[in-house]
Amino acid sequence: MNLGALLAFVRPDLDWHALAPELTLLVVGTLVTVVDIALDDKAKRIMPTLAGIGLLVTLVPILTLAVDGAERPMFGGAYVVDDFSLVLKALFILVGYVVVLMSVDYVREGDYYENEYYTLLLTSLLGMVMMASSRDLVSVFVALELLSIPAYMLAAWRKGGPRSNEAGLKYYLMGVFASAVMLYGMSLVFGVAGDTDFGTIAAALTGEGASPIVIVAILFVLIGFAFKVSAVPFHTWAPDTYEGAPTPVTAFLSVASKAAGFVALLSLVFVAFEGAADVVQPFFWVLAAVTMTVGNLIALRQTNIVRMLAYSGVAQGGFMLAPFAVAFEGDAWQLPGTDITTTPYFAIVVYAVIYAFMNLGAFSVVLAVSRRTRSGDISSYGGLFSYAPGMAVLMTLFLAALAGIPPASGFFAKFVVFWALVGAGTPAGWVLAVIVAVNAVIAFGYYARVLQQMWFEPVPETVALGVDSGGDDEIDLAEAADVSADHDEHGDAWLATETRQATMVRFTPGKIPMTGALAAALAITAIATLALGVLPGLVSHFGDVATFHFGG
Amino acid sequence: MDATGFDAWALTLAVFLPAVGALVMMAVPRARELELKMIALGASLATLAVGVYLLFAFDYGNAGTLQFGVHKGWIDAINADYILGLDGLSLPLLILSMVIIPLCVIYSWEHIPEPGNAKALLILMLILASGMNGTFVAQDLILFFVFFEVVLLPMYFMIGVWGGENRRYASLKFFLFTLFGSALMIVSFVALYFVATNDAGAALNTFNMSELAAAAGGDLARGTQAIIFAGLFMGFGIKVPMFPFHTWLPDAHTEAPTVGSVILAAILLKLGTYGFVRIALPFLPEGAAAWAPWIGLLAVIGIIYGALGCLAQTDMKRLIAFSSVAHMGFVMLGIATLTPIGINAAVFGMVAHGIITGMLFFLAGSVKERYHTLEISRLGGLLKSAPRMGWILAISAMASLGLPGLAGFWGEFPAILSAYEPGAGLSEGLFRTYMVIAAVGTVFAAGYLLWLFQRSAFGEPKPEWEGHTIADVNRYEWAAWTPLIIAMVLFGWVPGLIFGMVDDVSIGIAESISAAVGGS
Repeated sequence: MNLGALLAFVRPDLDWHALAPELTLLVVGTLVTVVDIALDDKAKRIMPTLAGIGLLVTLVPILTLAVDGAERPMFGGAYVVDDFSLVLKALFILVGYVVVLMSVDYVREGDYYENEYYTLLLTSLLGMVMMASSRDLVSVFVALELLSIPAYMLAAWRKGGPRSNEAGLKYYLMGVFASAVMLYGMSLVFGVAGDTDFGTIAAALTGEGASPIVIVAILFVLIGFAFKVSAVPFHTWAPDTYEGAPTPVTAFLSVASKAAGFVALLSLVFVAFEGAADVVQPFFWVLAAVTMTVGNLIALRQTNIVRMLAYSGVAQGGFMLAPFAVAFEGDAWQLPGTDITTTPYFAIVVYAVIYAFMNLGAFSVVLAVSRRTRSGDISSYGGLFSYAPGMAVLMTLFLAALAGIPPASGFFAKFVVFWALVGAGTPAGWVLAVIVAVNAVIAFGYYARVLQQMWFEPVPETVALGVDSGGDDEIDLAEAADVSADHDEHGDAWLATETRQATMVRFTPGKIPMTGALAAALAITAIATLALGVLPGLVSHFGDVATFHFGG
Repeated sequence: MDATGFDAWALTLAVFLPAVGALVMMAVPRARELELKMIALGASLATLAVGVYLLFAFDYGNAGTLQFGVHKGWIDAINADYILGLDGLSLPLLILSMVIIPLCVIYSWEHIPEPGNAKALLILMLILASGMNGTFVAQDLILFFVFFEVVLLPMYFMIGVWGGENRRYASLKFFLFTLFGSALMIVSFVALYFVATNDAGAALNTFNMSELAAAAGGDLARGTQAIIFAGLFMGFGIKVPMFPFHTWLPDAHTEAPTVGSVILAAILLKLGTYGFVRIALPFLPEGAAAWAPWIGLLAVIGIIYGALGCLAQTDMKRLIAFSSVAHMGFVMLGIATLTPIGINAAVFGMVAHGIITGMLFFLAGSVKERYHTLEISRLGGLLKSAPRMGWILAISAMASLGLPGLAGFWGEFPAILSAYEPGAGLSEGLFRTYMVIAAVGTVFAAGYLLWLFQRSAFGEPKPEWEGHTIADVNRYEWAAWTPLIIAMVLFGWVPGLIFGMVDDVSIGIAESISAAVGGS
């Protein structure tokens, strides 16, 4: 063999149009860093604007690609731009935009590093956008690490606060552990299939049957992603990380990061592991049932709203996992009466889109309310309806959506899950549908606790101040007790309550100090939540067009 | 069946006018209370005006078919459409809902319960109105489900914010019970989509209610029908509420503010029984036949249990709440016979119960406002201290116990009669036993209602009220109550008004059931 020819670099044929969204994100991320270096402190104020505009610009090539509609496989099928990837890329970008809106004042008032924050956020988004296109074990893994590593750092962004450090460290350790497990599984899959390409893997597994090595390989890969989507029993990092991380980052993790995990699972399960239904379906049946039940039961006991939302997110993840349990059953592949193929897949995409907006909305309200109450306790929501009715109504909308009550969007998400499960026509599907139904009722129990506080209870005289002892985040009690609407520089620790150490401070209700960015985030999420509930056709259209490009 | 011109819009208006009113009210500041009340009244009266138009434009000769139909695409991906339609079964209930809401608005004019905030209370009422009207005219299962659920949150807030002492418990219990039922119900709806077939055995794959009703279960096996029916039974049965799922009702009624109790009793409970007649029976005739003996059993248990519960109450409002359990038992007994006369009786019972119990809850609210208590033992002498109110209570109690000549009679008597000869091959012996038990239940009803009336209205006012002036019926109360009193008497003398509307539908349902059951 000619060594020279082997080493000679041949540039693969690049489809610049197909790569435009990723490249735009990369350019914006770099631009944010360069501008910061060039302008120093003066640049701080324009950072979020720059990041936000950059994200909106990224939507342009996604739209042109969608209009074009052609499927564009690249790098030997390892990276594919198809309808499915475009729908999810657009979702990630929109979620990123809302998170930027939520972050503007939080990061500025907390006096954190601004440019690095947005750079890391954009980098993580780049990883998610790549994930949507990855159809090869290697590209999936690269995308996963690219989206995770910045997220580890973002979780620890309140570097003065021990809770935030704990959040980052826990998230990092668990994440790395999950990656290691997954990588081991991937190596086994490679050993069985002889290739990393999903299409080849599918072909190899179909003939293989459920040999022990195949079972171990597939389970390890899936367990790696189960960590990512915080499925029980791999969820233990989530509540601590969510509570300790800065709230906008929490929102980002609970929505975008989770959706990215589901995107990877979707392409893995529906393309690569198609031949291993016997292994995949029972695994997901148990995982979904346990995740939603345990998530719900623990959520019932939470007193901190962020932790409650964290466990609610775990439970919602269980609902989203449920359709995988019937991924390859009977009629599910071609839905009678419609032109949709693979109903379970459709259900998961629809759920992910709807979940993104309702959950982001709930976190936006939490962020806004904490600017007034400085507390993350559910009891601090007492009487919200009496002094901030608009905010209470918005929160009601988002919680109703999460609980699945029409006309808020969440009901349709739950509905498509039922649809997929019952449509499979197997006893396993029926039973899981009933489990989902029962869990949907349990879930209302904890959403109702917040509703009760907001609507039924009087305004509390004192609230448990979010304390985070030590470091530069220690709250000046004298200042905090002076219940004025202005924000001090320690504001970020409000939401992390340590019950035993909680300091009660006097609370006077009043107008919630709003900012334009936060109001925009609330408006976007509220409109999306309501519109997707009244006209679910909007989202089901995306689930409908989001068809895969199968094979390389 | 699609209508044209204004007719095509009439039902959409009937459903969404209250919601539009609610939206407008949200933009008006809370302090401008009078304007808010005017908007709420205007929106509800405008809805009623649409209802009056519907009453006149309705083709009574064709009451068995859907009229004023609208059929538009909605969620293509799951084949759910925006389908509205009105037939003889929907019409009386829709009108009932349209009448009750403005009366509640009028009653609220001077009776905003603690902690105030007329704006929020009225907005919730209008949202409730939209949900209830929508449920009665929706002809697509998913649309029906959405409207059926829309009413939950407003009622939850109504009980929880303006309710009595135990409101948190009562509101959550109400919500969780109903949510549990509807979660199983939606699973059944989806199952119907996938498994429902026509007679030839071809899958229907539709949520269109008239298509599902026309197929009447197709060639579905009796066992499958019974399983799916069980899901529907949970959804509708909890809402009715049937024994043993009734426990949310006394709590919710007792704690709810007056208008909340009125709306709950007059209309929300009917969503459950309406669901049985509209969905469960015609879609799954054999499932219905399989379940009917059990439904009948639970119904008569409800009649007796509700009556005994009433006799044990010391609180006027709680007594009326338990009487609802008993009355809805008669309605369910009528439905369980699967006969035209039973279904007719059930629908009449729904309307009559809506009017009468709504009136009784209004009275309880006004008594509470004057005496600040509803302890029956502390009331007394109402006929002396507030004679007009006492006589209204007398009429309502008589109507409630089923005195001939008032509306209540035509709900109970035919229901008992229908159990003599149940349809669809049901056991005559069993249902005749139910008939006897139900008849005994009417005696109990007379007992507790007369006892209530005697203790609260006869005799001298209790000494503790000496020096207090107990005001008689005021003009807002007259405005809110007169239509109900007229309706009680009118339907008592001319029951054909409602039977005439419903008859075609009941005959159709009963015939399709006996055809399906007999044919297998």
